[in-house]
Amino acid sequence: MKLDLKRLKLREVNEKLQSLDRKQNDRDFTIVNPEGNHALCAGLTEEININIKGHVGYYCAGMNQKAQITIDGNVGTGVAENMMSGKVHVKGNASQSAGATAHGGLLIIDGDASSRCGISMKGIDIIVKGSVGHMSGFMSQSGNMVVCGDAGEALGDSLYETNIYIRGEVKSLGADCVEKKMDKNHIKKLSLLLKEANIKDYKAESFKRYGSARKLYNFKIDNVSNY
Amino acid sequence: MCGIVGIYLKTNKFEKSLGKMLSGMLNNMESRGPDSAGFAIYKKEEEKIFKYSLCIGDLDFNKFKKEISKKIKKFKLNQYSDHVILKTPMEPKTVIKIINNSFPEISLVGYGNSIEIFKQVGNPKDVVKKFKLDSFSGTHGIGHTRMATESAITTDGSHPYSTGKDECLVHNGSLSNHNNLRRELVKKGSIFNSENDTEVAAGYVSNSLINKKSLKDTLVSGLKDLDGFYTFITGTKKGFAIVRDEIACKPAVIAETKNYVAIASEFQAMAHLPDVNSAKIFEPEPGIVYSWGS
Repeated sequence: MKLDLKRLKLREVNEKLQSLDRKQNDRDFTIVNPEGNHALCAGLTEEININIKGHVGYYCAGMNQKAQITIDGNVGTGVAENMMSGKVHVKGNASQSAGATAHGGLLIIDGDASSRCGISMKGIDIIVKGSVGHMSGFMSQSGNMVVCGDAGEALGDSLYETNIYIRGEVKSLGADCVEKKMDKNHIKKLSLLLKEANIKDYKAESFKRYGSARKLYNFKIDNVSNY
Repeated sequence: MCGIVGIYLKTNKFEKSLGKMLSGMLNNMESRGPDSAGFAIYKKEEEKIFKYSLCIGDLDFNKFKKEISKKIKKFKLNQYSDHVILKTPMEPKTVIKIINNSFPEISLVGYGNSIEIFKQVGNPKDVVKKFKLDSFSGTHGIGHTRMATESAITTDGSHPYSTGKDECLVHNGSLSNHNNLRRELVKKGSIFNSENDTEVAAGYVSNSLINKKSLKDTLVSGLKDLDGFYTFITGTKKGFAIVRDEIACKPAVIAETKNYVAIASEFQAMAHLPDVNSAKIFEPEPGIVYSWGS
C-alpha cells in the first residue's frame, strides 16, 4: 500500500500504521514524500514492512516494535530511539543520537551517524557502515555497536556493558572506556552482526573491541575531593 | 530553540527565485521559532549606491519621506510594510549620524551596497508575507525564526543582526560569555543596540573583519572566543559561512547541488527546494567552519 505524505497528514499516516487490523494481509507499505517530517513511523507494534522513499526528520521509527522499516534517504536526530524490537535500515546518513536508549532490535546505517550515536543504549544492536561522531556510546548499558569507519572524540564515555566494535581510528576514548580483548565469542557475535548487515568486505577480526574498565561502577574514597 | 536558514547561489540559475526559496524555508521553520522572524537578502550591488534598511515602526512613511528629503538630497525609498530601504550615494558615516540624530524612533537594521534586512515580531509566515520576500531576487540570503530565550520579544531582539557593512549573522543557541565580550568589543569601538547575546557574536565578526581577517579565519578564532551553544550562519557581500560549536547540540544540515548551497536547522526547511533530493546532504561537523565565496 502506498501512503503519500503530500496528500495525507503525518498523523493520518502514523495512526493508520499504528492501528492495523491484525487479520489484514497487506503487510507492505511504501511512504512517499516524507519531506523531513518528524516522528514518522513512531510507535509501531506490528510485523510489517515499510519503505520510506526520501529524507525524514527527527525520531523516525521511535519506540519501534517488530516492524521492519527501510529509509531510502537521510534521517534526523534520534532515529529508532527507544526501539524495542524489529529492524530499521537507513540507507543514507543519520544525525545525532541514533538508536538512543533503545532496548532491542537492529539498526543499520549505511552512511555516517553523527554525535552521540547509541547514547544510553540498552540492548539494541547498531551497525554503522560509515563513521560515528563524538560522544558515541555515552553511558551505553548493553547491546552491540559496530562501526566500520572511525569514531569521534570520547567514545564510550562512562559506559556500562555495551560492546563497541570499531574498525577504523578512534579519536579518543571517554572516561572508563578501554580497548578489550576479542575472544571467540565476540568474533562469533560480530560475524553474525556483519552478516545481518550484509557486510562482506570486512572480517570480524579486523575490528577492535572497546568496553568498560568498570572503574566507575563503585564509589572510591580517593575520589571524594572531586565531588 | 530557533530556526536558522540560508541559501548561497553558486550559479545564477535561481537568482530570480531566491526570495521564494528562502520564504519557503522560513515558513517551514515556524515550528522552531514562532515569535519573530527576519531575513537578509544580498542583491547585486548598484554602482556607488548605499542601501540602508530602516525599521520606521509607527512613523508615517510620507512624513519620513518629507523629513529625510530635508537632510539628504539624492535618494530613493522603497517601502515594505514598516521597513524602508533608503538608497543614496551618501556615505554611511554621514547617513547613520543623520538617522541617529534626526530620527531617534527609527532603527537602522543594516546597511551596505548589497544587503537588505527585514525583521519583525510575529509569526514567520506573516512576517515573510508582510515584507513580500517571495518577490525578492538576489545572490544569497539568510533567515531566522525566533523562539526568544535570552532577551525580550522585540524587533531589536530579532535576527539577523548586522553590525557592519553588508554583514549579517543568525544564531541558534545561547552564549554564556557575551557580557564580558561585549565590554571588550565596546572598548575597541563596537556599538551595540540591544542586550542580546547574538548581537555580540555579530559584533565580534565585524570587529575581526575590520582587522582584515577573512570570514573563515574569523569564525575559526570565534570557536575559541565565543563560549556557549551555537550554530551560526553568517553572510558578507560575497561570502557565506556556517559554524557549530564543539558540542554541537544545535542542529544544522547542509544540502549542496551544483547550483546552490542551502543550510537549515532541519531538513524539512529545505524539502521544497529544487533538486534537493539529488543534492549532497550532510551535517556540518562540530567545530569546523564551512564557507563559500570570499
